[in-house]
Amino acid sequence: MTVLVYTENREGKFKKATFELLSYAEELAKNINGEVVALSIGNVSSDELNKLGNYGAKKVVSVTDEQFSLLDNKLYIKAIEDVAKKENASILVMADNLSGRALAPGLSAKLKAGLVSGVVAVPSSYEPFVIKKKVFTGKAFADVKVNSEVKVLTLSQNSYGIKDATSDTPQIEEYKPDTSGVESKFKLVSEELVTGKLLLSDAEIVVSGGRGMKSSENWHLLEELAQLLGAATACSRPVSDEGWRPHDEHVGQTGKIIAPTLYIASGISGAIQHVGGISSSKVIVAINKDPDAPIFEVADYGIVGDFQKVLPEFTNAIKEIKGA
Amino acid sequence: MNFEFTEEQKMIQQAAKDFAERELLPDVIERDTKSEFPSEHIKKLSELGFLGMMADPKYDGGGMDTISYVLAMEEISKIDSSVAVVMSVCNSLVNWGIEKFGNEEQKEKYLRPLASGQKIGAFLLSEPEAGSDATKQRTTAEDKGDHYLLNGTKNWITNANCASTYIVIAQTHPDKGHKGINAIIVDKDTPGITLGPHEDKMGMRSSDTHSVMFNDVKVPKENRIGEDGFGFSFAMKTLDGGRIGIASQALGIASGAFERAVNYSKERKAFGTEIVNHQAIAFKLADMAVKIENARNLCLKAAWLKDQGQPYGYISAMAKLYCADISMEVTTEAVQIHGGYGYVKEYHVERLMREAKLTQIYEGTSEIQKIVISRMLTR
Amino acid sequence: MKILVCISDVPDTTTKIKFSNENKELDKTGIQWIINPWDELSLTRAIELKEASGGKIESITVINVGQKGSEPTIRKALAMGADNAIRIDAEPKEAYYVAYQLAEVIKSKDFDIVLTGLDSADYNGSSVGGMLGELLDITNVSAISALNIEDDKVFVNREIEGGTQKLEIQTPFIAVVQKGIAIEPRIPAMRGIMQARTKPLEVVSPVDTDCLTENLVYELPQPKGACKKFSEENVSELVEVLHKEAKLI
Repeated sequence: MTVLVYTENREGKFKKATFELLSYAEELAKNINGEVVALSIGNVSSDELNKLGNYGAKKVVSVTDEQFSLLDNKLYIKAIEDVAKKENASILVMADNLSGRALAPGLSAKLKAGLVSGVVAVPSSYEPFVIKKKVFTGKAFADVKVNSEVKVLTLSQNSYGIKDATSDTPQIEEYKPDTSGVESKFKLVSEELVTGKLLLSDAEIVVSGGRGMKSSENWHLLEELAQLLGAATACSRPVSDEGWRPHDEHVGQTGKIIAPTLYIASGISGAIQHVGGISSSKVIVAINKDPDAPIFEVADYGIVGDFQKVLPEFTNAIKEIKGA
Repeated sequence: MNFEFTEEQKMIQQAAKDFAERELLPDVIERDTKSEFPSEHIKKLSELGFLGMMADPKYDGGGMDTISYVLAMEEISKIDSSVAVVMSVCNSLVNWGIEKFGNEEQKEKYLRPLASGQKIGAFLLSEPEAGSDATKQRTTAEDKGDHYLLNGTKNWITNANCASTYIVIAQTHPDKGHKGINAIIVDKDTPGITLGPHEDKMGMRSSDTHSVMFNDVKVPKENRIGEDGFGFSFAMKTLDGGRIGIASQALGIASGAFERAVNYSKERKAFGTEIVNHQAIAFKLADMAVKIENARNLCLKAAWLKDQGQPYGYISAMAKLYCADISMEVTTEAVQIHGGYGYVKEYHVERLMREAKLTQIYEGTSEIQKIVISRMLTR
Repeated sequence: MKILVCISDVPDTTTKIKFSNENKELDKTGIQWIINPWDELSLTRAIELKEASGGKIESITVINVGQKGSEPTIRKALAMGADNAIRIDAEPKEAYYVAYQLAEVIKSKDFDIVLTGLDSADYNGSSVGGMLGELLDITNVSAISALNIEDDKVFVNREIEGGTQKLEIQTPFIAVVQKGIAIEPRIPAMRGIMQARTKPLEVVSPVDTDCLTENLVYELPQPKGACKKFSEENVSELVEVLHKEAKLI
C-alpha cells in the first residue's frame, strides 16, 4: 500500500508546499505500513526529483509526455488514476491549491474514493478513517469520516510543516500513463504567466491592504515593505472591487484563502468574510487607525495608527535589522 | 393574525437592502454635502422597478403590495432618504392617484411611463401661504372651455426638476371654497412653467426641491382627474396613502441610525469595556428598539389595511405621526451614543438626524396628523 | 444553446457559525440562507450572456439539491433571470452524493454549458464541478474568471498556479467558476420577482447512491490570545519583537 502524492512543479522547480505534502504523506504512510510515492508531471531535472527523497518519497514516478504541457483536468485525472492503481495507492495527497482543487474532485469521482479537501491535520484515526478539515471558510472545523477504501486528501498549506526525512535517493521511474480514450476539447489561445512576482499561495509573508489605504496611489508603501520582506501583496474585497488591485490579490471568503506564516494587514477593518480567508495564518499583524477595529480581535500584534506614518517606519525598522 | 412575511416580500426587502448598500452607501455623504441629485442612482432604482412597484402590471407596474413597499422604503431610507422620497412620491402619490382616480386614457398616457419607471412624477400641493391648510389654494386653474389656464406658485415641490409629470392641485371655483379645487395632470415642459432655485435644505439635501411658478399655463381639460371639484378630496385621499410612504421612510431613518448605534456601542470601549455594557447606553438602546418595533408595526398595519381594501387613513396618520416623532428621538440618541463621532459626517448618524426632522414636517406635520387622528375620534 | 447553473444555498457569509446537538449539527437558528456567492455570480454571468446573445442562448436553468426549505433560494434565482428550475428533493449530504444526483438529472437533459461554483461557503468541498466532469465524462475547466461567447465560439479565462490562460473550448463542458466571472451579483427587479411566481420549478426524486464521507462532529477555532498593541511611536519595538521573539523577519 502506498500514499501517492501529486508533486506539482512550476517551471521545473518544486515549491515548499510540495515538500510539506511529502512530510505529511510520510506520517500517513508510517501509520498504514506503506510507502510514499511521488508523482511528478512535466519536465523536471533528476536533481530536482531527487530532492523529493529528502522529505520522504521512496519512489518518484515521473511523467514527461508532451501532452501534459497544458492542464486538462480529464487527461491529468486519467493519468493520476492510472498511476494510483499501478502503485496500489490507498491515500492520494494533493495541495489545497488551484491544481488540487481542479483535480482532486474528479479523481474522487473516478476512483469512487472519498474526498476531504482542505485537511488541517493527520487523521485522528485510521480505522475508521477520520480527519479534520476547515469548514465555513475557516470559521469552524469538521471531523470527517471517509467510508471508501481509497481516500483523496487535499492539504491546507502550512498546517503540517516540513520535516526532513532520513531517506535514500528515491527510485525514479519514467512512466507513460495510459490516457487512451481522453481527447482534449480545448485549445490555448493566450496566457499570462506571473513571472518574477511571488505568488500569494507560495508566500511565507503576505502584506495586505484594505479600504483604509484610501487609494491605489498609497500602495507603493505596501509594495516597498513587501519587497523588503520577500512577501507577496494582497488586498481585501472592497479594494479589488474598486479596481485598486487585481482580483487575484483578493483574500477572503470569496477570494483566496491563504495561510502564510506572517500576515500584515494595513487599513483592513477585519470583516468576518476577510478574516475567514486569513485565519489560518500563523501570526497576524494589524495596522489600523481605529483601536476598535475587529481586525485586532484576530491579530497577534497590532499598531493603532495612521498607515501613512506607520508603514514607512515599519519599513525603516526592517531595513535597520536587515542592514545590521 | 400572521406576522410572517411572504417569500416574495422578503425578496423585495433584500433587493432594496442590496441596492441601498451597494449603490447608495458609497457616495451618500458626498451627495448630501454637495446637495447633488442622485440621477444615476434613481435611474438604476427605476430599472429595478422600485418607482412603480405598486402599480398594476397591466400598466407595466410591479404589482407588489403595500407591505412590500413599506419594507423596501425602510431599507432604502436606512441609507439615503433623498432617494427614498423620490420613490415615495412616485408610488404613493402620483402613480396611485392616477391609477385610483384617473380615466383609462390618462392611465395609458401618464401612468404607463411612470409605472415602468421611464418617467418621474411630482405632486404639487403646498403653496407659500397654504401648507398645512390645503383648503386655501391660491393657484388657479381657470376654466377656458376646452382648457384650463394655470397661474400661481407651488412651494417645496419634491422632484420638481427631475419629474416629467406633475399633478397640480389648483382652485377653479373660488366661490365654492375647497369644493372648487381640481387635480390636473400637467406635463412639466408645458410653456409657462418656471422653477425657482434648488432649495438649500437642512437634510435630504440631495433631493430635488424647488418652487414652481405657473404663468398662463394652458392644460387640456381632459387632464383633470375625476369630476369638476374633486381636487381637494383627491389630495386628501392620496395623502392618506402618502403617509404610509413617509412613515416607512421615517422608520428607515430610525432603524438605520439604530443599527449604527448598536454596532458602534459593541465596538467602542470606555472604562475597560464596550459601551454597550454600560447601562446608560444599553437602556437607551432598549428604548430605541421598542420605539422602532412599535413604529414598524404601525406602518405594516396601515399597509395591511390598505392591501385588504379597508379604511386606513386613521392608522396611516398614526403611523406618520409616530414614526416621524420617534425617528427624531432615535436619531438624536444615536448621535449621543456615538459621542463626538456622531457629530461628524463620516458616521452617518448626524445626517440621519437631519433627515428625520423633515419627516415631522412634510406631507402633513406631526400637528396635522394629530388633527386628523383627533377628528376621527370625535366624529 | 442551453445553460445550466448549479446553485446551493448556504448561510449568509456574515453568519456567526454555531453548532448544536453536541456539535454534530449546524445550529440553523437565525441563519439567513443565500445563494452560494460563486453560484450567484455564475448565474449573473449566464444572464448577461443570454441578454447579449440575441436569442442564441435559449434558456438558463438552475438546479439545486435540497429540501423544500431551499425553494426561496431557487425562487430568487428565477427572479434574477433564470428561466426554469429543477430541485432534486434530497438533503445535500456530501459532495459525491450531490454530484451523483446532479449527474443523473443532467444526463437526461441537453445542456451546452454547466456552471458550478469553485467553492461553497459552507462545507468548502470545492468538489461538485470536478466530480460532475468525471461522472458525466465531459470536459471540465476549473477556476474560470471569465466566460465569453464570440461568433459561436466559447472562450474562458482560467487561473492556474502562476498565471491565467485564455482557452477556446468546445461545448458541452463544465465551468467551475471563481471570482471575476461577473462584477456583482444581479439584484432581482420587481418584474423578475413577479415573473418568478409562475416560472416552472420541477421537483425530481433522488436516486440511491452511497455517501463517501460523513461529517461526524464540528468544532470552533480556539479563541486567539489578546492582541499585543503598539502605538504609532513604537513601530520599531514591534519590528524588534517580530525579529527576535517571533523570528518572523
